[in-house]
Amino acid sequence: MAAVAAVTLLATAGLRRDFGGLRAVDNVDFALEQGEIRAIIGPNGAGKTTFVSLICGRVRPIGGRIVFEGADITNLPAHERVNRGIAYTFQITSVYGNLSAFDNIALAAQSSIGKRFRGAVAVVDVARRTGEALERVGLADRRNVRAGDLAYGHQRLLEVAMGLALAPKLLILDEPTQGLSDSEIAGFCDLIRAIAAETTVLLIEHNMAVVMALAGKITVMNAGKILAEGSPEAVRADEAVQRAYLGG
Amino acid sequence: MSGLRLDKAALVHIALIAILFGLQFVLPEYHHLSLARIMVLATYAVGYNLLFGYAGLLSLGHAMFFAAGLYGAGLTAYHLGWEAPAALGAGVLAGLGFSCAVGLIVLRTTGVSFMIVTMMFAQACYLLTFYFGDLTRGDEGLTIPQALRSFTALGLPVDLANPAVRYNLALALLALAIAITFAIVRAPAGRVLVAIRENEERTTMLGYGTFRYKLLALVLSGAIAAAAGAAYGLLFGYVGSTFASIQYSILPLLWTLMGGAGTVAGPFFGTLIMFYLGDVSSGYTSAYLLVVGIALVLLVLFFPKGLLGTLRQKWLPWLP
Repeated sequence: MAAVAAVTLLATAGLRRDFGGLRAVDNVDFALEQGEIRAIIGPNGAGKTTFVSLICGRVRPIGGRIVFEGADITNLPAHERVNRGIAYTFQITSVYGNLSAFDNIALAAQSSIGKRFRGAVAVVDVARRTGEALERVGLADRRNVRAGDLAYGHQRLLEVAMGLALAPKLLILDEPTQGLSDSEIAGFCDLIRAIAAETTVLLIEHNMAVVMALAGKITVMNAGKILAEGSPEAVRADEAVQRAYLGG
Repeated sequence: MSGLRLDKAALVHIALIAILFGLQFVLPEYHHLSLARIMVLATYAVGYNLLFGYAGLLSLGHAMFFAAGLYGAGLTAYHLGWEAPAALGAGVLAGLGFSCAVGLIVLRTTGVSFMIVTMMFAQACYLLTFYFGDLTRGDEGLTIPQALRSFTALGLPVDLANPAVRYNLALALLALAIAITFAIVRAPAGRVLVAIRENEERTTMLGYGTFRYKLLALVLSGAIAAAAGAAYGLLFGYVGSTFASIQYSILPLLWTLMGGAGTVAGPFFGTLIMFYLGDVSSGYTSAYLLVVGIALVLLVLFFPKGLLGTLRQKWLPWLP
């Protein structure tokens, strides 16, 4: 049987970052294939958020390289990485509280559409894509509500919709289910699965049920390093992982 | 649906300009002159509001842009003998170039640092007007010769000392500034400016190079302020250092806060109210600044969003 050659979407080599004297990310070599749902797990302070912040450009590395679609993006500013297709949704909900849900998403849609096309066509496209994103996350009936007035769970969905409206190639979700109820989490998992049909998803997540349900492959981080990587079953059976989590 | 609302907003602003046009036929001489002055100063405030109210950047040094226009027009007129239209162009160009150069430096800071750095630049400019006292005559200032303030345009004689000419040119300038702000606010770029005001980091992570948008806002804001400065010098015939002082950096901030930051027409109403507040109260007491101060305290306490900002919040959500 001929194996389908996997296309590497994102790779890092020797990626490093210090905060003060602490090495938050320590020589990380990492590769992500197109179309997968990858979860990054690890104890608090393992460097997960710093690692994805390096990928999306919010934090600058002190060493190493980041390659996206074969191009070196290590020195690109964050907004240009977004334009190349890396979208990041914030761990702490970071919607524009004073703008309507529609305007929040329209800003994202306008970013990916407006720069290529000009004039009335773009305006219609922005409105259409915004409407689609609202439909997909189930917020269509709340389009004119001030984002700050939305329930917490809906604000998380709005974050995801903003990510979607960017039409990214890689969607990075930083603890998307934090603070959601069990029923909201179930709906969220369905949404992520649907999104993964067209976009590669990189997910930081503490809720192991979510990780096991969604991820095709899991990367375990501890103390700034990759401790283990593999299928959910393999990672669950890994002794080093159990030690890191259980402190044995 | 939303198209109708936007048209309503446009009509309201057109109506405001029409009312101001009509007022010149009924106002007594004193108020006629005052309103001309207010409209030029309001243009300055409208420019200030573009940066402060929409992009959320609080400058404490906008007098340097006003003065760039004032001296750009005043010096070319006084020393080179340029007629008013050419001098006005020189003032606006001076403001454009200057705000571009200053913007590239000061926009590397945000928040409190931005306030301090803009204030320091403006103070340096204020002192420059004295350093080059041979050209500017500092505090004493320059009086633009009457001959340069009357010229022919399209075959018609124009005299800037004529009250009707002055009033309508001031109105045209204000209308233009309001139209520019209105167009930007409704354009996609305006939405991005508001997004930067609300949460700059988030806006970067949506793929916007925020520096470029902030520079655009600052250059437009500086150019409108410079146009107001150039017009002020030419219409009222006087160019002096006072207009570069810190007082003229604070005033547009107060006018904008009074009328409503982030509303298109708010700065005009703020300028109007503050001007007459000082004007009327100084007729009764020499402590008129106290009256102005109390009005500002009351404003902050009861209408923190300013006049039009409060109107929009409570009754007119469609107001841009």
